[in-house]
Amino acid sequence: MSAMKFNKEIISKSEKTTFQKFLSEQAFWVTVALFGICFVMYFVEDAFSSKDNIFNITRNFSFIGIMAIGMTFVIITAGIDLSVGSIMGVTGVICGLFLDAQYLPEWYAKSIFFESAYVWVAILLALIAGVLVGAINGYLIAYLNLSPFVVTLGMMAIARSLALIISNNKMFYEFGPKEEIFFELGGGSIYGVANATWLLIILTIIMGLVLKYTAYGKHVYAVGSNKKAAELSGINTRWIEMSVYMISGFFAALSAVMIVGWMGSVTNALGYTYELRVIAATVIGGANLMGGVGGTYGAFIGAALMETIRNSLLMAGIDPYWQGTFLGAFIVGAVWLEKVKNKKDN
Amino acid sequence: MTVLSLKNIAKNFGAIQAIKNISFDIKESETVGLMGDNGAGKSTLLKIIAGNFNPSSGSIKFEDQEVHFEKPIDARKSGIEVVYQDLALCNHLTAASNVFLGREIQKGIWPFKYLDYPKMFKKSAELFEELKSETRPKDLVMQMSGGQRQAVAIARTRLTNPKLVLMDEPTAAISVRQVAEVLDLIKRLKDQGISVLLISHRMPDIFEVCEKLVVLRRGEKVCDKLIKDSSTEEATGLITGAIDKA
Repeated sequence: MSAMKFNKEIISKSEKTTFQKFLSEQAFWVTVALFGICFVMYFVEDAFSSKDNIFNITRNFSFIGIMAIGMTFVIITAGIDLSVGSIMGVTGVICGLFLDAQYLPEWYAKSIFFESAYVWVAILLALIAGVLVGAINGYLIAYLNLSPFVVTLGMMAIARSLALIISNNKMFYEFGPKEEIFFELGGGSIYGVANATWLLIILTIIMGLVLKYTAYGKHVYAVGSNKKAAELSGINTRWIEMSVYMISGFFAALSAVMIVGWMGSVTNALGYTYELRVIAATVIGGANLMGGVGGTYGAFIGAALMETIRNSLLMAGIDPYWQGTFLGAFIVGAVWLEKVKNKKDN
Repeated sequence: MTVLSLKNIAKNFGAIQAIKNISFDIKESETVGLMGDNGAGKSTLLKIIAGNFNPSSGSIKFEDQEVHFEKPIDARKSGIEVVYQDLALCNHLTAASNVFLGREIQKGIWPFKYLDYPKMFKKSAELFEELKSETRPKDLVMQMSGGQRQAVAIARTRLTNPKLVLMDEPTAAISVRQVAEVLDLIKRLKDQGISVLLISHRMPDIFEVCEKLVVLRRGEKVCDKLIKDSSTEEATGLITGAIDKA
């Protein structure tokens, strides 16, 4: 009897209360900052809180946010994926190529597929391409022990060049007889919220649950925290490492499909320098580049904060040339904040 | 019954012979102390038994079966658990998550399997209680003291019912009171019929819990006898080389 009591007491106890844990989360403070900015902008600039502007902001950060969710998995394992922008480019171009059949062999364009399901075939091919590129990244990193930085930097150049080759430097914008399906998917909205934003919200929840409530998610954290320990525990650390790059590639492709649908056209420059924004969003949301820490809500809110600031600066009439300066400062600032926080914890 | 039987185990790293022709047995529920100076080959031997290294020559019999462990997980599946010197814990995970790392309790049907946190918290709390440790399952290992980390590492070996537990310096980094607790735990493993191979620098620990003493010097076995037939003086002499063999 007393043993049971002892148990229950111990289980319920923890170093920090739930509230304290909440306060120590970077994502919480980013949320506070986000609301702070919105609050100020609400009074300073009427146009900021207009329905159209809010719609624009949420849609714009959704494309970055979707990629940031994939990046979160990579960064939790202490890796980095610099190739997401280029993966977006090449998968977007693949999607465009298969939608715009004039560049394809006749047998494909005339087949029954083209009549009905070609939109889905194009999307599926883009997604598969994203996973494949991620798998190549992951294989080189996990099984050949190459540095993530170098591998994905190389892939950044390769995938961008492939986008050029595949597109032959043309713009795709005629998406065939059923193009409205595709445009609606990427550019449409449900209940006044852009489809891309819905997708981001759903993915944030699903992938957040995967991280917290599955053995796979636990192993992703373990690999980032102490790879050696994870390996000794019998976890297939190589597969975990490879798989996170596949996830990152998949989410970059998913984001590409959505953004092409919204823009209605695609060139090989799609996603150019996006890796910077994606990494910034992830890190600002609290993912630690040293591994072991991060979450999908952080990716979501990090992307939201960055886009809101960008939008606010534009509205405040600040020259858009400054955007890169702010972006860079935010990345460095977020990493510095993490360092300060760690020192305090120890 | 003999649980583990080593025969003429040797390990070379290039031209260096880390251990040479080592043979000894560990019986059921027997606690064997493995001593030796730095570089004597204790850790190498432990890593061979645990499946981290393949021996260059010699054979290992586990429960009368000849075994070849390619990876540590093979050894674990056979019933050999290890507490590593650096403990091999994930700092960013909770105590409970570390205890169950790689062996998580799950609910549901694939692909909708999810972690059963309440069960894992409860079970790890029981294990910590068994160790009389004040470790709380929900705390991050990052914030823990050396003793608590030790408790987490030892609790992990208790998840299954292993036949043999290898311990590499389990009392090196913890407080005096906790040393006594860890030694108690080792005695309790023995009561449950589990054999223990204990590597330690601390002579009193070995003499308190072990039945058999094995001493290595420069990769060779120089002593293999019952503790009751030995003494701390003799052990010291064997380790340093003042006594050649016993």
